[in-house]
Formats: sequence, C-alpha cells, structure tokens
Amino acid sequence: MNWLQQLLNGISVGSIYALIALGYTMVYGIVKLINFAHGDVFMLGAFIGFYAITVLHLGFIPAILLTMAVTSLIGVLIERVAYRRLRNSPRIAALTTAIGVSLFIEYTTIYVRGAQPDVYPDLFGDRVIRVFGATTRVDTLVILLISVLLMLLLQWIVHYTKIGKAMRAVSYDADAARLMGISVDRTISWTFALGSALAGAAGVIFGLYYTKIDPLMGLIPGLKAFVAAVMGGIGSIPGAMVGGLLLGLVETGVSALGFSLFRDAVAFIILILILLFMPQGLFGKNVREKV
Amino acid sequence: MTPMTIAPDRKRLALLFIGIVALYAVVQAGLSAGWIGRFYENMLMNIGINIMLAASLHLIIGVTGQFSIGHAGFLAVGAYTSAVLTTKLDQPFFLAILAAGVVAALFGLLVGAPTLRLRGDYLAIATLGFGEIVRITLYNIDYVGGAAGMQVKHLTNWTVLYGAVVVMLVVIANLTNSAHGRAMLAVREDEVAAEAMGVPTTYYKVLAFAVGAFFAGIAGAMYAHQFYIIQPVAFSFLKSFEILVFVVLGGLGSLSGAVLAATLLSVVNIYLQAFPETRMILYSLVLILVMLYRPQGLMGNRELGDLFRRRAKEA
Repeated sequence: MNWLQQLLNGISVGSIYALIALGYTMVYGIVKLINFAHGDVFMLGAFIGFYAITVLHLGFIPAILLTMAVTSLIGVLIERVAYRRLRNSPRIAALTTAIGVSLFIEYTTIYVRGAQPDVYPDLFGDRVIRVFGATTRVDTLVILLISVLLMLLLQWIVHYTKIGKAMRAVSYDADAARLMGISVDRTISWTFALGSALAGAAGVIFGLYYTKIDPLMGLIPGLKAFVAAVMGGIGSIPGAMVGGLLLGLVETGVSALGFSLFRDAVAFIILILILLFMPQGLFGKNVREKV
Repeated sequence: MTPMTIAPDRKRLALLFIGIVALYAVVQAGLSAGWIGRFYENMLMNIGINIMLAASLHLIIGVTGQFSIGHAGFLAVGAYTSAVLTTKLDQPFFLAILAAGVVAALFGLLVGAPTLRLRGDYLAIATLGFGEIVRITLYNIDYVGGAAGMQVKHLTNWTVLYGAVVVMLVVIANLTNSAHGRAMLAVREDEVAAEAMGVPTTYYKVLAFAVGAFFAGIAGAMYAHQFYIIQPVAFSFLKSFEILVFVVLGGLGSLSGAVLAATLLSVVNIYLQAFPETRMILYSLVLILVMLYRPQGLMGNRELGDLFRRRAKEA
C-alpha cells in the first residue's frame, strides 16, 4: 500500500506547512504585512528546541512548550522593534523591512553559531507502525497529532476567548475596533505571539522529522508556507490549514512521480497560477480596491 | 511629488558629455599603462555591473513602483544565455550581449504580462517565485552544468562595460523624462488615479519590466564573462536582495541615488568579502534602519543634478 504511505508523508509535511502558514495568515489578516521573518522564527524554533533537548535535557513535550514560549516573545519583539513604526507607511517599506529582519536573523544566527548543520536527537527511534498495511515512522504520527492539537487550540482561542474576539474585530476593521475600546497594539502583539509560537512548534517537529537543521532552513519552508497561506486564501485560518495540507500532498505526489528535483519549483508554479486565476484563494474574500 | 527635472540645457549637456569621455579616457589610460592593478580593475568591473543592476531595478521599483524581488532571475537568464552563445556555440561576444538582453526582456514580458495584474506584496512574492523557478531550473539542466555551473571565457573589459553602462543610463534617464516616463511615475503614485486619467497602466508596467529585464540581462552577460564561472547558486534570492538594497538605499525614484548606492556598496562589498556574514548583517541592518528612519533613502526622489541646480539658484 505504497500510496497510503505517501499520503501519510504528505499529510505530515503538509501539517508543518500549515502550522507556519497560520502565522502568516493571522499576521496578514491583521496588519496586511507579509512577515518575511516568519520563516526565520520557525528556524529559531528548531534551534531552541534542539538546545532544549540536548543541552537542557528536556523531554519532547517540555521542549516544545519552552520553544513556543521563547518564539512567541521573539515574534512580539520583532513586531515592536521593526514593524510598529511602519504601520502607516507604504506597504513596500514594511515589506522591505521584513526582508531585512529575515536576513538579519539568519546571518546573526550564522555569526553566533556558524553555518554548519546540526542533527536532531532521535527521540522516537526507528520504531514503525503498521496502518492498514502501510508502514510509517512513529514521528510521522507524532507530528500529525501535535499539529492537529495546536490547530484545535488555535481555533478555540480565536473563537471562544476574549483576545480571539479582539483579533477578529481588529482584522475586520481596526479603526472601529479601536473606537470600541480594543487596544489594537496589544491585539497585534498577541497575534504575533500566537503565530510565532506555532512557527516555533513547527520548527521543533520539522527538526524531528527531517533530523537536519541549519540557519538558512527557514527560507524555503517559510516561502512554501506563504504559498500555502495564499492557496487557502490569505487571512483565513481554515484556509491556511487546508492550503498547507494540500501543498504537502502535491509536493509528495510530485516527488513520488519521480520529479523530486523540481519539488521546490512546484510550490512557486502553484503560487503564480493561484494568483492569476484565483487570487482570493480557496477560503478568502475577494477584496476590490476602492478609491 | 517629484520636482520635475528640466531638460538640461546645451552647456550642461556638453559638460556631461566631456565628463563621460574624460572618465573613460582616464581609466582606460590607467589600465593600459598599468597604474590600475588587477584589484582595482576588478572593483571597477564590479561597480559597473552593480550599477547596471541597480539602475535596471530602479526603473521597475523606483519609477514604476512595481515591487520586484526576483531581479536575480533576469540576471541569471542573461548570464546563461550569453555564456551558452559564446562557449557552446562560438558566437561573438557582442551578439551574446544583445541576445542576453533580448532573451531576458522576453522573460520580463513572460513574467510581467500575467503577474502584473497583481498588486504590491502579491507581485513581490510572484517575482520572488519567478527568480527561484529560474534558479531551480538551471540547477537541473545538465547542458549548462547543473549545480557545478559553467566555465565562461573572460571577455568583459572596461570599454564594453563602460559603454553599456553609459548607454543604459542615458536610455533610462531619457525614458523617465519622456511622456512614457511620466505615465510610469503616474502608475507609481496612484494606479487607480492613473487609470482613471487614461494611462494604460498594464502596458506601462509590462514596458518597465521588459526594459528593466533587458538591461539586467545585459548585466548578466557582463557578469558571466567577468567572473570565469557561473553557478545557479550565485543567482539566489540573496542576489535579488542585494540589488534591492542598492535601490532602496539610494532612494526609491532616484536614478543617481541608485548609481551612488551601487558604487558605494560595491566598494564596501569588496572589503567585506572575507566576512560574508558580517556583510549580510550589515546590509540587513542598513535596510531596516533606512526604512525606519529615512524611508526615502539617501537621495529621496531627487537627482544629483537637482542639488546643484537649487544651489545655483540660491547663489
């Protein structure tokens, strides 16, 4: 049952994309900024998790929790230092700054610890599980489980808590939200915190799944997650989840068909096609520019 | 709004012409007499190529306001086209330069025509995607050496490069000052308003992309025949970013600003070559700080000439 195995692989890769894509989509929904540095928060998450496991000897779950706490602080810091001043400037200025922040994080990491890759500790060994005749590694299932849990948690926060309500209000209409007494700044900080925490968790499970991590690892998954967010309709939380899973499946399919060298190009081709024929994505709203 | 540059009068034009010829003659004399060593010759070549890249991106971002971060893609297309022509097909260098420009411009049309319906950040991502697709494709074509890259003859020299830079700067400056240039500026300032005034916005956006890509392709030909070897990895997102820094630091909308920034950073680059990480940290910090505290860049959207003109008027 080879195809079932591919399907499982696709879903696990896709759920990593989905976790990163959620951060993109939430931030875009609220401040209309493509947070280029998001992929690098994901990278930092992978490293924080790595050091938490190898240096602090934490278990898997505490390591993920610690990582999420630290990356959410990093996300808030990035917004505070680099993006807040630019909230009312042209989009190009904010986007350029975001690219700058991204490269700053990447090369500062290289400067501090060198560019050499690290190998993630093997927490689950080579144990395999048989599901309906397909064999799969245990960590594939762990990834799936954690991503589903985190996504459910996010749905709960967004729909049933006060801060979630504030986030939805600000993304719908920031000015009206401010008039209703919602602190827009604090809501934006929360959005960055949540998105970055998810990216951090994605970093840890990425390390676990692919075992190799390096300071430039955030670039390609970050861009692909962005593609996933666009595919699902940027600004839409369920869209990011579906988009991530779809992208993971398509990529695995392309590799399985023997075009693995072009796997990285597929995402960008999809992106351009989506932007051309369905710019609002699967779940997005179609917004027209008004004068 | 930009203070509109007045067409320079005859005297200024003559002075400019003499200056251009004199600069060429001095450097050429220095090169043939051996006062300018290999190190500085290399630096000059680097500066020239970077000026071409900066000015061609300036036309797209600075003048027309289309945020493109896939410029290295056009550079790569030009570099590989010319390299294939000279090394594999034994064609003359001049033909290769022209072909590099034309093929890159075709790619500009190919990317531009469909994606330019996109705005702002979507366009940025699409161009980034284009650059990556070019790089990954080159990586997988064995004919051009795949990841190992291609050996290229060293054919670029000061005369060819200087000629190309001057021609390009004249074309871009005149294009910007023409009716077409005004239309492009209108697209940058407010696309909806420009369209309402009857400016065919898509046409001008595609035009800017094609012309910008043409010159980036020529820069690619110069690049390929300067550095002996070309590899896909040299045309990654980082290269696009580097070109973007030239334009942003120089001031969005200022041609002389882009040229100045390209010159300045090329020199800095050479001295920081041994410390690539420090260089990137510095670049990104400069970019962030400029955006936060001086978003208009070094020159704003003024040109060098404006500064002198204003001073003359005050005196």
